Formats: sequence, C-alpha cells, structure tokens
Amino acid sequence: MKTIREIHDAFDAGTTSPLVLTKKYFDAIAQSRHNAFITVCESRALEQANRLTDELKSKHGGKVPRKAQPLFGIPLAIKDVLTIDGVRTTCASKMLENYVPPYTATAVKKLEDAGAITLGKLNMDEFAMGSSNENSAFGPVLHPTHLDRVPGGSSGGSGTAVAADLCVAALGTDTGGSIRLPASFCGVVGMKPTYGRISRYGQIAFASSLDQIGPMCRSVEDAALLYEVMAGVDPFDSTTANVPVNGAVTAPITKGLRVGVPREYFIDGIEPEVKAAIEGMIEKLKAEGAQIVPVSLPHTPYAVATYYIVAVSEASSNLSRFDGVRFGVRPKEAIEARSLSEFYKKVRANFGTEVKRRIILGTFALSSGYYDAYYRRAAQVRRLMRQDFEKAFEQVDVIVSAVSPSTAFKLGEKSKDPLRMYLTDIFTIPASLAGLPAMSVPVAEDAQGLSIGMQVIAPRFQENVLFRAGAAIERLAQVGVAS
Amino acid sequence: MIDPSTEFETVIGLEVHVQLATESKIFSTARARLEPGKSVADEVVNANTTPVDAGHPGTLPALNRKAVEYAIKTGLATSCRINEKSVFSRKQYFYPDLPKGYQISQYDQPLCEHGFLDLELGENGDRTKRVGITRIHMEEDAGKNVHLAGFSLVNLNRAGTPLVEVVSEPDMRTSEEAGAYLRKLYSIVTYLGVCDGNLQEGNFRCDANVSIRPKGATQFGTRVEIKNVNSFRFVEKAIEYEAERQRQVLLSGDRLVQETRLYDSQKNQTFSMRTKEEADDYRYFPDPDLPPLMIASDTIEKMRAELPELPDQKRDRFMNEFGLNRYDAGQITSSKAMAVFFESSVTAAGASHGKVIANLLAGETTRLLNEAGVEIAATAFQPRHFADLAKLISEKTISATAAKQIIGILHSAGSAVAADVNEIVEREGMKQVNDLSALEPIIDGIIAANPKQVEEFRAGKEKLLGFFVGQAMKATQGKANPAMLQELVSKKLKGE
Repeated sequence: MKTIREIHDAFDAGTTSPLVLTKKYFDAIAQSRHNAFITVCESRALEQANRLTDELKSKHGGKVPRKAQPLFGIPLAIKDVLTIDGVRTTCASKMLENYVPPYTATAVKKLEDAGAITLGKLNMDEFAMGSSNENSAFGPVLHPTHLDRVPGGSSGGSGTAVAADLCVAALGTDTGGSIRLPASFCGVVGMKPTYGRISRYGQIAFASSLDQIGPMCRSVEDAALLYEVMAGVDPFDSTTANVPVNGAVTAPITKGLRVGVPREYFIDGIEPEVKAAIEGMIEKLKAEGAQIVPVSLPHTPYAVATYYIVAVSEASSNLSRFDGVRFGVRPKEAIEARSLSEFYKKVRANFGTEVKRRIILGTFALSSGYYDAYYRRAAQVRRLMRQDFEKAFEQVDVIVSAVSPSTAFKLGEKSKDPLRMYLTDIFTIPASLAGLPAMSVPVAEDAQGLSIGMQVIAPRFQENVLFRAGAAIERLAQVGVAS
Repeated sequence: MIDPSTEFETVIGLEVHVQLATESKIFSTARARLEPGKSVADEVVNANTTPVDAGHPGTLPALNRKAVEYAIKTGLATSCRINEKSVFSRKQYFYPDLPKGYQISQYDQPLCEHGFLDLELGENGDRTKRVGITRIHMEEDAGKNVHLAGFSLVNLNRAGTPLVEVVSEPDMRTSEEAGAYLRKLYSIVTYLGVCDGNLQEGNFRCDANVSIRPKGATQFGTRVEIKNVNSFRFVEKAIEYEAERQRQVLLSGDRLVQETRLYDSQKNQTFSMRTKEEADDYRYFPDPDLPPLMIASDTIEKMRAELPELPDQKRDRFMNEFGLNRYDAGQITSSKAMAVFFESSVTAAGASHGKVIANLLAGETTRLLNEAGVEIAATAFQPRHFADLAKLISEKTISATAAKQIIGILHSAGSAVAADVNEIVEREGMKQVNDLSALEPIIDGIIAANPKQVEEFRAGKEKLLGFFVGQAMKATQGKANPAMLQELVSKKLKGE
C-alpha cells in the first residue's frame, strides 16, 4: 500500500497512471466483501482518470503537478454524507435512497479541483449516528481484517476502505468520534480538524455545532495533504473560521514537546491491552525527549451526557426536512394518509431505529419547559469543558489518550445496548464538544491483531502541532523503539 | 355575570411583517425582489430558488448583509436600540411550505428593541400618542402552498425572502390608533427604501392582537390574534368587529379563549383558526449554522448618520419652509411618493407657491387618489400641472373651484394624454373674470331685477350679500373672481 507521495513518484516514473490505478481499485472494490461502498461512481471516475492521465503527458510533461494539484490522480472515496452533484447521496438511510443532490460539497469540490478522483460513496451509520457502522440501511460494514467484527462508526466504510486498500484515502465526518474511532479500529490515521476549519457546506448535517469533515488515510502525511487542500474559509458556511491555514507541516517533533496525559482518561473500563499500548507509547515519547505532563480535565465525566443532549437536539432539528414533501421517501401508505400529520408519521417511520431514538430524545430536550434543564444546561457544561482544555493547554502542546476503551468488537455485541455503545466514544467526545483538532494514530495491535489507536488533541487551529506530534507517534510506532 | 353597563376598552398590539427590498434572499443568492412592474403571478414557479432555499440536505444559510443593514435602518428610524449582539434561532414546525422543517428567525436576542412611534390622531392630526415597539427581529419567509383539485403544490419562490417582524407594545386602544400606527410604520419603511411597500404582494402584512377589559382595569383580558390582514382598512374593521364580538361573549357570561382567528373581509367577521391548546411548541434553539450577529457600534452610528429625512422631519420642515398647516403637511408627507411630488412641484413653481400646491395635493388630489386606491406616481399627474395651477391661482387667472375641476379633468384624462393645464383652461373657458368693467353691468342688472332684496339688505339684513354674490357668480358661470365680485357687489348695494 503506497502513500500519496509514493504514488506520485510512480506516476512520474511511468510505472502506473491515474487510469491504471483507478481500474485497479474498481477491481478491488468488486472483489471486496466488506460492504464498504454504497455507490460506486465508475464511469464518472474513469472519465476523471482518463482526463488526468492524458493531462499528465500533454499538459505536465509526465511530471505530477504537485504544487498546483497536490492530489493529482489520487483515487479517493467519500463518506456518503457528502453531496456530489448528480451522484446519489443516501446518508445510509432509506429516507434518501433515491436522493440525487444538485450541488457538490465544498470539501469534495476542493479535492477534485486538486486532482483527486472520486471512486464512490462509502457506507456509514445512518445519518452518521452510530459507533459500529451497524446502523446502515445498506447493511453493516465489516472490519477490514476481522470480518466478524465492526470497523467502528460512523465512518466505518471510510476506515475499512482505506485499511483494505479499496482507495488511497477517504473522507469521513466526525461529530463525537466518527472519524477517530473507525480509524483506531481499522488501523489507519484519522483526523478531525478544528471546528470551523473545513466547510460543512454539502455535509448532510447530524449535529451542526459538532460536525467536521476530515481525512482518513494511510499516513499522517497523507492526512495533512488532504487537510490542507480542504481547509479554509467558505462563504457558503458561516461557521468557517478566517484563520490562516499556513500549510500542513508534518516534520515529526518529540524533543521538548509537552505531552499532556489527562488522568480522567485512564479509567477502570479501559481494556488492559489498550491501556498498556497507550502507556507504552507515552514512554517512547518520553524516551525521545518529550516532556510528559499529567493534566486534569475535570468535567470529562459529564461529556457523554452533554454530548447526547447537544447532538440529539440539533439532529432532531436537522432531520426535520426529511418529511416526505420534498426530501425523504413517500411510501404508498403515506400517499394514502388522510391528514398531514398522518402523512408525516408514515413517512418518518422509515428512519432507522437509532435515528428515531435520537430524534425523539432531541425533540424532548428542546421542548418547552425542558429546554433550560437540558439544552441550555448542556451548552453551559460544554463551555466548562472548553475551559478545561484551555487551562490544560497552558501547560502542554498536545494531549494524548486512547481513542476508545476497547478494540474492534464483534458485530451485534453492543447493538442491543445503546448506552454501552455510547460509551465507546467516551474519549473522543470531549474534543468534539470543545471544537478541538484531534487525530487517531495507530500505535499497536492487541493479541488478536486488532489495531489500537492513540488520540492526539491540540489547541484550536493548531493543526500543525497536531500533525507534527502525530507524525512522531506514527514513526515511533513503526520503528518500534523500545523504552 | 358582568354588569351590562360595563364600559370596556380595547387593547391592541400589532405584529407587522415587513418584506425587505433586497435583491437577493436573506440566506441565499436567489432573487428575492420582484422586477419592477411585475407581480408574483408573473414569476415562473420555483425559479427563484437555490439548493439553500429548497432546503437541500447539506446546504447552509449565509446571511445577506444588505438585509441586516435594512433591518438596522428600520430599527433606527423607529427609535429602537440596536443590539450589538443578536442571535438567529430555529422556529420548528412541520408544514409543506417550510422546506427545512424550521424557520430561521430571531427569538430571545433580537436585533432591535425598545423603540416607539409617535402617532398623529384626530381630524386634524393634532392629538398625538406614543406607541412602544417591543422589538424588531429578522427572519426568513416560508414558501407558498397552492391547493388544486385533490392535491397541493408548493412554490418556494417566496421561501427565504427577508423579513423584519415589528412587534408593538399593547399600547393602542382604538382601531383608529392601530390604523395610524400601520400607516406611520408603512410610511417609514417606504421612506427608508427598505420595503417596496406593495400591499397586494404581501410586502407589509399585519397580525393584530386584540383583547378587551373593563375601563380602568390594569390586567389584560384574554388575547385573540387576528392573522395576516393585508389592508390597513381591514385591520381597523377586523379590530372593531373583534372587540365587539369579545364584548358580546363577556356580556353573555361566557369566557374568551386564547386563539388565533382569521378575518373575512367580505363578511366583515373573524372566525377561529386554532386555539392555544392546539398551538405548536416551536422548540426554539439558537441556529448552530449561524454565528451570533455582531454589529459594531460605529457601524450603527454610521447608518444612523445616513438615514434619509423621515416623514415627521419632512412634515416639520414643510411647515417651516412653506408655512403649511399641520394637516396639509402631514397628508403630503405620509407617502414618500407624494412628498417627492410636492417638492418637484414647488421647485417648478417657486417656494412662494408651496402653500397653494400643498392645498391642492392634500385636498382634491388626495381625495381622488384614495378613491382610486393609487399612489400619485402611478397616475398622469405631473409636478408641472400643479406648478401651473398654483401660478394661475395666484395670478387670479383661475379660481380655486376651477383648479379643482382641472385636477378632476387631468385625473380622468389618464396617462395617454399629455395634458397641459393652460390648454384646459383655454378649452374649458375657465379664465376668471377679473375685469371690473365686465362685472359692473352684470351686477347692476341683478340689483335692478331684485328690488325687494335690495331694500331688505339696506334695511340691515346683511347676510343677503351672499344671495347677490351667488346670483352674480351664476350669471358669470362661476368665472368671476370671487373676492373681487364680493367687494364690488357690496359697494354697489351700499351705493358707494
């Protein structure tokens, strides 16, 4: 499996081409049993690949235009929560099984403008709600190497597709850990930028104040490349920040790096092998000259509860538009409805169980008389959590922890117990609530060969620090430097 | 049981939706404003939409800065405080004309608060009353459902049109006050140019909250909201009907229910649409797609300095500059089109003619315009017509009566005729007779023909002067200069 830089070198050498590579990926997708893709865009992708292969010779003299088009000829796959003009976009929901958007998401447009080829749309949890990718109307995605296990969610298709070499890199979206968790379970690098860094225009909203698009890749360097292409202010998204991106730097840094270790993230429920792997990497960092600083994030115990109020409240609102009038399916029994409210009931019965659960919870939390006790209170706690991080970052450059208390679990293992499922995201949720950039870097495997990811969190808009620390961890994990 | 002799007072608060005249919509680049001379019916259904207006999944709102500017100007012109921070919230309910399932509005932190309007009331507009404005907030309009036989369609051309909602305090007590409030607010937003003011197209829509209570009571009665009445006169009538209905309900011993009612202008009745129990819980919460709207105080001050002359200021200036009385000045400045027309006429005629022109415009012209229900700009009237009329009147070439007739002729001639006042005067033979030698024999003749009346007059019955003047005016077919005629008749009768 090659990185983007290696593929570009191969293009330069003429040993492969965008077209050859693209065809190779369609073969791999056809043979894969992972159910990672919902829609494959073969003719569209081959057209892009053909054009780029021609241009490589005719326009660029056989040399990849790395500066102008940093993703030249690179086959990517896109989580099916992002729109592409003319390409079916389902959000893994029955509600949108026939939805073809008339416009392209800003992030996808930027990738394609940078020369990327879009192989297709990736499976996910319905409306990005889930931690195992079992909540898809198109069936669950399987773990890349252990087919009886989940890839993590909600960007499970993205994690599996990258790990199983069904694309070079993928886009995921992260609301409470939906990039970092599958990256950790699948053994790839997954990065969630600062809230406001990448335009959400064209990302079908789950929880608008938390949603962020991010890359899932084979290396920190690849992730930085995709990030840099997508980052920046967008007039179509008022929540994007006008903060300079300054290019993504991935030179590993350990010496003098102040690494915070939050005591609240080393709890009882964490699997011993996961704990050992994270502690082992912390030791390696220390051995390489990093300064390890114990920090405290005292409001961490409230994170999951806070998240499940904010996220479901926003979701209940965002998903209102799927009412069968313009968006959402309109089954026969809905057409025969005798009143408008009966019509809505019949249409909205077509959401999956988890989505329905969250809409109901969110509707309740925003109801008159409950708003102050739930949504307003959650917003207040959220501010406190942000302050926790601000205080910690006065002492440290990055904070590290496990991504999840466990490695990839078996299909069906937690799907009947929503509360246990929600706790899978216990370590990723705080950075989401605080809007901080965070990343999952594979650091080890457990005895069964299941990947363990380390989470790195940086201050707002300090993605460069995040990449440099991530690159150091990636290097240390690969060379296996012993403490 | 309420004592049947109880005197009630009506308590009225108004909520007005003002459509802002921005070129594009409040959160998208789609066209929001009608092309001049076109009506909503001329537009291709759903043509004025982008994926944002249609609520496509994944789209986001991007706030139109011009709409914010217009909203701030509305707030400044109504003496509101402009909040440096305001917040957009989602008002959530399901309806086919609402593509996102929520309307983006402002809820607990509106853009403008604590303003007021000063109203002129009574025959001559000399009684004044201050009505408080609670708040002015920005929001997007919904689309429109079109109901056909057996099915309905949705037109989203209006979805996302920028609105401000102006909410008054419950300070009004009569339908006259409510009407004056609406006319004042209407004239302000059209003066500012922030609203095209097209009532037929729903540019300015009013909901009225009406309750009654025994005179002297301090507690409010049960409130009824009358929705979407789009003519000032109908608002007044709806309020009158509703206050009387409520009085009857109370006197009959029943209780009023808090509800929303609709006004049927043909029957002049209100009828129940829904009661409070059926009302939605809108589940407002701050829209996470839009950061709080921050307005720097120097931006507010800059806009304040740029405000155009408003109706009250113009009225006071006209009174000072041209010596107009309050009533005429108020009439002329109540519509921007009329004020502009007046000033052009005065420019053409000279400032000394201001008072005469104001008289013609505030009197006969306004009467004709109101009758036809049109603005002066939409008629054949030209400023030069009034400049000419004023000159002819002050030169005593025509009488005020003739001027009125000419205004009528100009009005009925329509725009096809490039009418000229002097020509009309010639054609219709309206020149006033100012020539003493021409009047003298006529008066002599009348005196000779009415010896009895002459005798009575000379015996002290001075009011018979009017009889002689009238006879003489008749004989000159109304063309005699009335002042001159009166003086001459009086002289002759007295034998001077």
